[in-house]
Amino acid sequence: MGIRLDRDAIGQRAALLVAAGFLLVSLALPLATLFGKSFRDRDGQFVGLANFVRYFGTPSLVASLWSTVWVSLLATCIVVPLAFVYAYAIRRTTMPGRGVFRALGLVPILAPSLLPAIALIYLFGNQGFARFMLMGESIYGPIGIVIAQVYYCFPHAFLILSTALAIADRRHYEAAEVLGAGRVRVFLTVTLPGVKYGIVSAFFVVFTMIATDFGIPKVIGGRFNVLATDVYKQVIGQQNFEMGAVVGMVLLLPAMIAFAADRWVARRQVALLSARAVPFEPQKRKLRDLVLFAFCALVATCILVVLGVAAWASLIQYWPYNLSLSLRNYAFQNADASGWSSYFNTLAMAACAATIGCSVVAFGAWLVDKTRGAEFLRGVVHLLAMIPLAVPGLVLGLSYIFFFNAPGNPLGFIYGTLAILVLNTIAHFYTVAHLTSLQALKQLDPEFESVSSSLKISVWRTAWQVTLPVSSQALLDVWFYMFVNAMTTVSAVIFLYGPYTKLASVAIVNMDEAGFTAAAAAMGCTIVATSAAAKVLHSLLAAWLDRRTQAWRAR
Amino acid sequence: MSEQPYLVVERVAKHFGKFQAVRDATFTVKRGEFVCLLGPSGCGKTTLLRMIAGLETMSGGRIVQDGRDISNLPPSGRDFGIVFQSYALFPNLTVFDNVAYGLRGRGKSGAEIAARVDELLTLVGLPGEAKKFPAQISGGQQQRVALARALAISPGLLLLDEPLSALDARVRVYLRQEIRALQHRLGVTTIMVTHDQEEALTMADRIAVMNSGRIEQYGTPAHVYAAPETPFVADFVGTTNFLKAKMLAPGRIVSGGVEIAVATPEGTNPGMDLRVCVRPEDVMVRGIGDTTPNRVDVTVEELVFMGAFSRARLVGPGGMSISADFSANLLRDHSLAAGARIKVALPAERLRVFPG
Repeated sequence: MGIRLDRDAIGQRAALLVAAGFLLVSLALPLATLFGKSFRDRDGQFVGLANFVRYFGTPSLVASLWSTVWVSLLATCIVVPLAFVYAYAIRRTTMPGRGVFRALGLVPILAPSLLPAIALIYLFGNQGFARFMLMGESIYGPIGIVIAQVYYCFPHAFLILSTALAIADRRHYEAAEVLGAGRVRVFLTVTLPGVKYGIVSAFFVVFTMIATDFGIPKVIGGRFNVLATDVYKQVIGQQNFEMGAVVGMVLLLPAMIAFAADRWVARRQVALLSARAVPFEPQKRKLRDLVLFAFCALVATCILVVLGVAAWASLIQYWPYNLSLSLRNYAFQNADASGWSSYFNTLAMAACAATIGCSVVAFGAWLVDKTRGAEFLRGVVHLLAMIPLAVPGLVLGLSYIFFFNAPGNPLGFIYGTLAILVLNTIAHFYTVAHLTSLQALKQLDPEFESVSSSLKISVWRTAWQVTLPVSSQALLDVWFYMFVNAMTTVSAVIFLYGPYTKLASVAIVNMDEAGFTAAAAAMGCTIVATSAAAKVLHSLLAAWLDRRTQAWRAR
Repeated sequence: MSEQPYLVVERVAKHFGKFQAVRDATFTVKRGEFVCLLGPSGCGKTTLLRMIAGLETMSGGRIVQDGRDISNLPPSGRDFGIVFQSYALFPNLTVFDNVAYGLRGRGKSGAEIAARVDELLTLVGLPGEAKKFPAQISGGQQQRVALARALAISPGLLLLDEPLSALDARVRVYLRQEIRALQHRLGVTTIMVTHDQEEALTMADRIAVMNSGRIEQYGTPAHVYAAPETPFVADFVGTTNFLKAKMLAPGRIVSGGVEIAVATPEGTNPGMDLRVCVRPEDVMVRGIGDTTPNRVDVTVEELVFMGAFSRARLVGPGGMSISADFSANLLRDHSLAAGARIKVALPAERLRVFPG
């Protein structure tokens, strides 16, 4: 026996359909097209696995598959322990400057992956001033890729591990101590088991990021090929879309495995800690704190040096012959035909993606959480929203070409416009934004809507007057998450920009390719400055919101 | 004054997959009556309340409110106000705006709304708190704001879902009387869910005792207490002794070698295993003579001081163990202490017999 639907329920169901439609068009259908493409030949005939057979029969392509795997593994095995020690020092010791180190550890997030690669070229390239440190090896190739990836992925691993280390039950440590366990034993039997899922999760996330990143191998890979650069070469260089689709499918694999592993881990992580846990308070231990302080200082210095080198490189006249400072490299029209317009395109794109994305994602999450009944429809929207986590940007961008550029697609008109870049960026970063919104909604009393309907007040009004104001902080977070990611993304948009919609990150790739490395560094620094400004604005707004809402949050 | 019940709940059922949350629930509520759904957690009482509100779909049965079949109506199409255990007060709105929430957008002027909110806040005893936010007032006050908000639209039916269980014991006892008095004054038909038998006994006109999805007994507090219809009700409402017994003949049973005269229920036969219930306060000590029926010789094994009375553990023949409540008076008069051997009687009209 069903309950008759009232106006609200009908409206919510209609909106859920729209949300499902949006995710279908921006995500599921393009991916399905890519999938189909990999099984067809140039004329659209179904050829089964022929493309895959050809792929695995081409030695150079298979070689780059193995290159991708070992380079990614190596970089992951370096970055995860580094990030673990760094996070441990910040969460579990009393060393001074923990807040500063935390902020510095997150700095690389503000830069596109291309920037550390460019800085490394200045440091260790053919004319680099620290070249001697490589002892004759070339930075162009796996060495450069691994170092740049470690830099680029460090904050992501750090965030995951820092969250894992943040929660601990003091009583477990007290129990271990009372039972006479030594420090090493406590670490092995209490600390590590508590964060092992965080470590596994960090490992998979970082591996996927590296395996699917395009910017770093493009800039510093030299002749060393990886999957991501293969896709680019097949599609842009040789116009071989079928083979591009096959490489894209191969590229999906690590991400899919990582996604499945992460879900598995997330399920096991549940209820590791009871609600009545006593928060852990680190004890002062001089030697340990001193050693870890030195370690953190070293890591933070490296982070700043790389960024500083990029900034310095962007400001000098002509490396290495004329080291006087100038802003010449910031006159981008000398290096790239689109000049400063690519930067403003990025700014416009990021602002649109953040604003539209934030609204769409939050509304979608609200519908998933607050619609009564409609389990199937809600399940579909939620499932679609989880897909982007398993889809590398490069693959998503590629699938957009196939889908929106296909003759007869009524949405084909957005191809080559800013709109497709915005749509792609929203879809690319949908999952994290969706989960953040959902988590914020889950913290609210689930009976707000029940009360409203008993008072004959529509759910929309309650959403506007209660839910929205109460979750404004989470919305702000989502907006800035989308904005910073849109500012720095390369891989998804490299296929999608048109003659008038070139983005700053793409301009970096182009300028670097054309030999204007200093201008590329300058553009990278402009992006970092913008992201950093956004971050500062975010903190100010968050503090303002905090003050404004303090009255009703006070206990 | 019509005799027709205000709310009819008829054979209502709810299952989640194979799990039967509510089965065959049937009861009626008179206009202005205060009914409690009482039972342990997981017995289906909250699910039943949510079905009455339309927040949960029913798997079967029907609900009629004021002559109108509301079984398939959405919550917005029904006529009720509701207070949840968490109160679900809107944290970003002031007490005033919370109470006014259901009044806005109905063509009422600001002055009318303000007057009504004032009236309601006075009614629940919270004048002068209108400008505060929910987080700035105590739990008991939040509870009253939630009540005022639910009553603002003058609903025909008030639903209370464990409204007192989040409060301190003292506040809870006080608010019991407050809510009851308020309900009396307004005459609003009320259904309250609770797991606290004392709460149900003190507040309700009638109690529906629920166990694993079923309503085991529906009646006035006095009746439910004095004449439980099932062993579960006898055990859950108040405290009770269960004695194992065997039926000898209609009207005669034996327990621990002691013969007891008591009315045996229909459907029982000689030789059957039975259970006899007797409340601790019904065990008689005073005025027992040679002709007093159902006498038992017992030893006082233990006396636990409980304040106004003491609870004694009595051991009789054949290992029969009975809890009995002895007033401080009685203990003094008979100078009872642990180890004493005394005679008690089990009054036949106070005993309940169930098939065992």
